[in-house]
Amino acid sequence: MREITFAEATMEAMAEEMERDERVFIMGEDIARQGGIFGQFKGLPQKFGFERVIDTPISETAIVGACVGAALAGMRPVADMHFVDFITVAMDEVVNQMAKIRYMFGGQCTVPVVLRAPDGAARSAAAQHSQCLESWFVHVPGLKVVIPSNPADAKGLLKSAIRSDDPVLYFEHKDLFRMKGPVPEGEFLVPIGKAKVVREGTDVTIVSYSATLHKALKAAEALAHEGIQAEVIDLRSIVPLDKETLFASVKKTGYLVIAHESTKNGGVGSEVAAVVAEEIIEYLDGPIKRVGAKFVPIPFSPALEPLMLPQVEDIIAAVKESL
Amino acid sequence: MHDKDKLVWMYRKMVEIRTFESKVTELFAAGKIPGFVHLYIGEEAVAVGACANLKDSDFITSTHRGHGHCIAKGGKMDLMMAELFAKETGYCKGKGGSMHIADVEIGILGANGIVGGGLGIAPGAGLSAKMRGTDQVTVCFFGDGASNQTTFHEGINMASAWKLPVIFICENNQYGISLHQSKHQNITDVADRAAAYGIPGVVVDGNDVMAVYEAVGEAVKRARAGEGPTLIECKTYRWRGHFEGDPQVYRTQEEIKEWQAKDPIPRFEALLADMGVMTAEEAEAIRKEVAAEVEAAIEFAEKSPEPAPEAALEDLYV
Repeated sequence: MREITFAEATMEAMAEEMERDERVFIMGEDIARQGGIFGQFKGLPQKFGFERVIDTPISETAIVGACVGAALAGMRPVADMHFVDFITVAMDEVVNQMAKIRYMFGGQCTVPVVLRAPDGAARSAAAQHSQCLESWFVHVPGLKVVIPSNPADAKGLLKSAIRSDDPVLYFEHKDLFRMKGPVPEGEFLVPIGKAKVVREGTDVTIVSYSATLHKALKAAEALAHEGIQAEVIDLRSIVPLDKETLFASVKKTGYLVIAHESTKNGGVGSEVAAVVAEEIIEYLDGPIKRVGAKFVPIPFSPALEPLMLPQVEDIIAAVKESL
Repeated sequence: MHDKDKLVWMYRKMVEIRTFESKVTELFAAGKIPGFVHLYIGEEAVAVGACANLKDSDFITSTHRGHGHCIAKGGKMDLMMAELFAKETGYCKGKGGSMHIADVEIGILGANGIVGGGLGIAPGAGLSAKMRGTDQVTVCFFGDGASNQTTFHEGINMASAWKLPVIFICENNQYGISLHQSKHQNITDVADRAAAYGIPGVVVDGNDVMAVYEAVGEAVKRARAGEGPTLIECKTYRWRGHFEGDPQVYRTQEEIKEWQAKDPIPRFEALLADMGVMTAEEAEAIRKEVAAEVEAAIEFAEKSPEPAPEAALEDLYV
């Protein structure tokens, strides 16, 4: 299969969906004339025009608000939030409007909006340009939350998100944009709500997603040399959570470690751990371990930044503590 | 110069709002309506004057004080009342209540529990019309209090930068909840802020339905012609508290009476009589018909079933 980058895969998804459905459009800061800060929109306006690939004012509240209004009026908007950190500027529009309207209106309409949010720490961007905030949205009924770890899923999940009648938060880690990988051409959908076992194993289940998944895979390799066979699950969707795949693995291995880049406190790992403890604790043979960023804002210093983030060694250590 | 039927329709809509709302005060006091309600009595001329310019295919965004906008845009009083009663037959199946009534089919994109919420949404409806090349306009209602919110600035900025067909209507009823306008902003006319966005800003007497109708008519014409948004400030007054049950320690009875003397409904009735459009008998007949419709709406609401428990989990994920 041909190999393309994560950024190219997201652009292919955008182009295919815009081709397929004229109600689909995208707006955001610096996306049309500049092509996106990670190059993920280069060439798109040339194909679809500046009316469907729209440069917005630096105005996150208006961007998300306008997505909601356009969706209510029958469009299928996608917004690029530039950095996930800026989504906080528009939290009312995300939480009180976009997520709730369908339910509050008694199902009269849907709000098919996709918010794309580049996240994660990369190259000393400091505390307001480095966060992973996916767990905030796990707490809000009405939203779906997806978070690909590779180019193929980036394409398949984005296409599914655009076709979803529910609003979707689509998180894409900055470090993944340049990652190359095999991506099917043409129609390729990854269902929302379906996790994937990316490495089979029998001794411990490591649940991860996004960029941290690759650290989990490295940890699993290292553990294999010590005779520990880790099974690694890429969640891909956080809401809805694929409990079936998760439970099947934990029932098999009896041990669970969850690793992600967002802070450990109140992170997705807490929810995954709670669900497993609540529903299938009898299958656990050791304590659940969570690996996440330390509970501090991300520091600017290149010497400090990696110390705050979960590393391969932290995942290995957590597995050993669990077993 | 004016279509007689339209003028009589406007009178009827104002009476519908007044009658509906007056009944809601009684029903709320009697404990038949759960939650809380924010009433529009005294401000009827704004919603009706504005919506008299609109077609079914046009959009409005409304506020927490939204019953008037909904009635003026063609919303059904029985479905509204059933929603206030939290019944399964209501506009939102009893899951939204007063602050979330919507009728998306006829362009009512919802009341909103967040002050200024509609100011974020309205430009998006306008953008949709522009992208599809329809002649739809969006009227965005909000209060003087909302004019201090982020959405006011960001929404009007976006709509003006992109020349979107949106009419921003500030219902300046003098108070942001309990705080008089003179204490929540350093300006007298919210319309002055239009200058900051390079769009027309118009002040009208919000208790004069014809003045509102004409000002909004101009703005609608501008919007449909692709010339962008207008900010219209309607000076008016809410007779009731911010919410039903508000002790209203922040204003005097004298002030309320002063504004009640400027009641927009008898004022319009007198105008229509002068114009020879409607007699006192015809006005009385309309009031009677409307009273009967509101009674029928209440009966519909009272007789409707509560939502089934399983309905609480529906209308969420597709």
